[in-house]
Amino acid sequence: MSATSELETRGLLRWMWRQLTSMRIALILLLTLGLAAIPGSIFPQRSQNPMKVQEFFTNNPQLAVWMDRVKLFDVYSSPWFSAVYLLLFISLIGCVLPRTLQHLKALRSKPPLTPKFLDRMEFYTPVADSKAKSLDIAEAWLKKRKFRVRRDADSISAEKGYLRETGNLLFHLSLILILVAVGVGALYGSKGEAILNVGERFINTPTSYDNLSFGKFQSEGSLVPFSLAIADFQAKYDPATNAPTDYLLKVNLANPVGSKEVTKTIKVNSPLTLGSTKIYLQANGYSPIVTVRDRNGKLIFQGAVPFLPQDGNLTSSGAIKIPDMTPQVGFVSTFLPTADRTASRGAFSSYPEVLDPRLLFSAWKGNLGLDSGVPQSVYRINTSKMVRIGLKALELGQSYDFGTGTITFDGWKSWVNLQIVDDPGKMYALLGALLAILGLISSLFTRQRRIWVKQGDGIELAGLAKNALPGVKQEIEELAKELKG
Amino acid sequence: MSSRTYAYLSNYAVYSAMAVFTVAFIAYSMEMAFSVKNVEGQKKTDFDFARTENSGRLGSLMTLLAFLLLTGGVAFRALSAHRVPWGNMYEFSITGAWALSGGFLFGIIKYRLRWLGVPVTFVSLLTLGTAVTVLYRPSAPLVPALKSTWLAIHVSAAIISGGVFLLANAVAGTYLILDTIESKGPRPAWAAKIPSLEALDQLSYRLVAFVFPLWTFAVIAGAIWAESAWGRYWGWDPKETWAFITWVAYAAYLHARVTIGWRGRRAAWLCLFAGSTFLFNYVYVNIWGTGRHTYSGL
Ligand code: HEM
Repeated sequence: MSATSELETRGLLRWMWRQLTSMRIALILLLTLGLAAIPGSIFPQRSQNPMKVQEFFTNNPQLAVWMDRVKLFDVYSSPWFSAVYLLLFISLIGCVLPRTLQHLKALRSKPPLTPKFLDRMEFYTPVADSKAKSLDIAEAWLKKRKFRVRRDADSISAEKGYLRETGNLLFHLSLILILVAVGVGALYGSKGEAILNVGERFINTPTSYDNLSFGKFQSEGSLVPFSLAIADFQAKYDPATNAPTDYLLKVNLANPVGSKEVTKTIKVNSPLTLGSTKIYLQANGYSPIVTVRDRNGKLIFQGAVPFLPQDGNLTSSGAIKIPDMTPQVGFVSTFLPTADRTASRGAFSSYPEVLDPRLLFSAWKGNLGLDSGVPQSVYRINTSKMVRIGLKALELGQSYDFGTGTITFDGWKSWVNLQIVDDPGKMYALLGALLAILGLISSLFTRQRRIWVKQGDGIELAGLAKNALPGVKQEIEELAKELKG
Repeated sequence: MSSRTYAYLSNYAVYSAMAVFTVAFIAYSMEMAFSVKNVEGQKKTDFDFARTENSGRLGSLMTLLAFLLLTGGVAFRALSAHRVPWGNMYEFSITGAWALSGGFLFGIIKYRLRWLGVPVTFVSLLTLGTAVTVLYRPSAPLVPALKSTWLAIHVSAAIISGGVFLLANAVAGTYLILDTIESKGPRPAWAAKIPSLEALDQLSYRLVAFVFPLWTFAVIAGAIWAESAWGRYWGWDPKETWAFITWVAYAAYLHARVTIGWRGRRAAWLCLFAGSTFLFNYVYVNIWGTGRHTYSGL
């Protein structure tokens, strides 16, 4: 590279840096960030609702492929969204660091010199026939009011309200802290879910989860080694509206596995905390308990099968799969906690608590397709290779003979969906947020102002209010009165 | 008293407040209309505030009465449901109208904002009218996810911020209208009592600068609540996204004002834009939104 072009490159880089850290660009980037966030609130997002994204693909296949290419279903992790906020934060750092250094210097030095001509400044007030030693009186007056004072031979330059700039810097620096904390959480955290019946035990290893996602730098070994047994779950409902009023989950926790168990309570708004890991009660539902025997009475399956709630009254649907019979058998089922029936709706649940349970199902035989390699939902049965052999509604304790065996509806259990989240950045984000507010308040509510006093033929006063908050005028009037002979 | 009695009392209070707001609206309108008088024999209009002073005072008195009634409406609602009165859109709306009229009363005392009486009483009536007709829900307990102290903190901070944002928008809107009129000629008589353009410009900035920290706090309190209820403090749910957009828009407004020195029309437009993102969040996301915040009961 020749010397001139190197100079040019450097000049260009410097120019770009100056542009990036200019207020105009900061403003544009801020507005752009706001605009860039909008599409994510309009189109379904994979991180929140993958099913909705699926649906969008089914309904508008061509459009969806095109939209997916520009990351409209992953807006907040897309390169263009990231680019905007990264540029904004580079600009922020480039802007705030020099200002911090400057401010630290200003804190240790005296206010700047008094301007030559005060009559050009705001709040200019000449004081006719002032007292003798006016400058001394003014200095004492200003010092009493905690002004930082620079006393020269024939003038005083005083300033107050440095807290404004301190707060402003604190605010901007805290924003950086929040961004870093969010990044730490994403890179070093993990988040997973598990569905557990009452009575079951969960051991915190990756295989116990129904789904689990790790941050880039988080490893499996860093999961907190606890185990937890679901001791009891209670849901309360309002009889007038059927709406839930309270959920209460009791667990027996051993941390680490094998240590003495302690009983803990988890509620919707109060998770169980283990260091930076938190365990949340996320959802709940019913698992009907069934027993399946073959024609000879031999036990084939017995257990509680989690069903998915479909409505506010916990009508729940699920699948009971019996692969260990030949031919294989499956029951496409609905569980009604409180069964009711009308001519128009058929059977439905009229209350979310279990008062009069029914297990409705259609029985199928053939190939469940479990070994086809395609992952299957545990709540559904692919009946394409099966034939229907019956339809039945069972009350508690009743059995049904499906030809090659019997199924008995023995009872029910509640299940809970636990969400287990490890976010080591969370506390820093909170700290950043609190500091940001503190900074903002001191910045927006501190009046920063300068007051000058000049001794010439007479005394002259003037001032400068930095963020248009009122009050300087009164102060200068007061000081003028003080100095009047 | 029983929950039912409180629920009825709350409804009566809200309906009475609407009636009183209507009187206030009429009084304020008369104050504006009748201060204009035609001078005999001359073509020009003049105005005379002395003769409408009482009408304006009546408007403010009625606004105060309506505010007190609304206070009762919100408080009785809370007593009837045994919880904070912010569980659905109906309750958000009556509390929003309460905050708006409260902020306005404060403005009358502190900043002589009485000239804003017509739009403020009108918006209050509109909000309450929508609340009692479209959004009404019987008083009921909260679903478990809403049972949190942080909810009370988050929602009250958000509602107060919203009320002040609305007020700032009204001021910025007035600025733009008057600026357009004044660029063509002198101010018409009905606007004579409204402060100068400069004062309006300052006022909208002061309102925003005053509540921006509160709005920041509301967003943070929401994040703390989301963390305890859903296991993440931020998830780009539509409601969260729009709260963020509002926050960024007002941050941009403050930057434009404080650091680049925008004033007047440009600043007023930016203020209106930021305020409309708040309204959009309130209307669009509550009613058509699909996120996890849809507790609106619609
Ligand atoms: C994440 C992005 C940013 C946000 C949310 C933000 C927010 C704010 C807010 C709300 C204020 C007003 C508070 C006050 O007056 O003290 C402010 C002031 C200020 N910001 Fe930012 N800002 C951001 C980025 C930047 C950047 C990139 C720069 C520099 C290029 C910058 C420079 C300033 C300056 C100099 C002030 C103070 C003006 C004054 O009070 O004299 N900010 N900022």
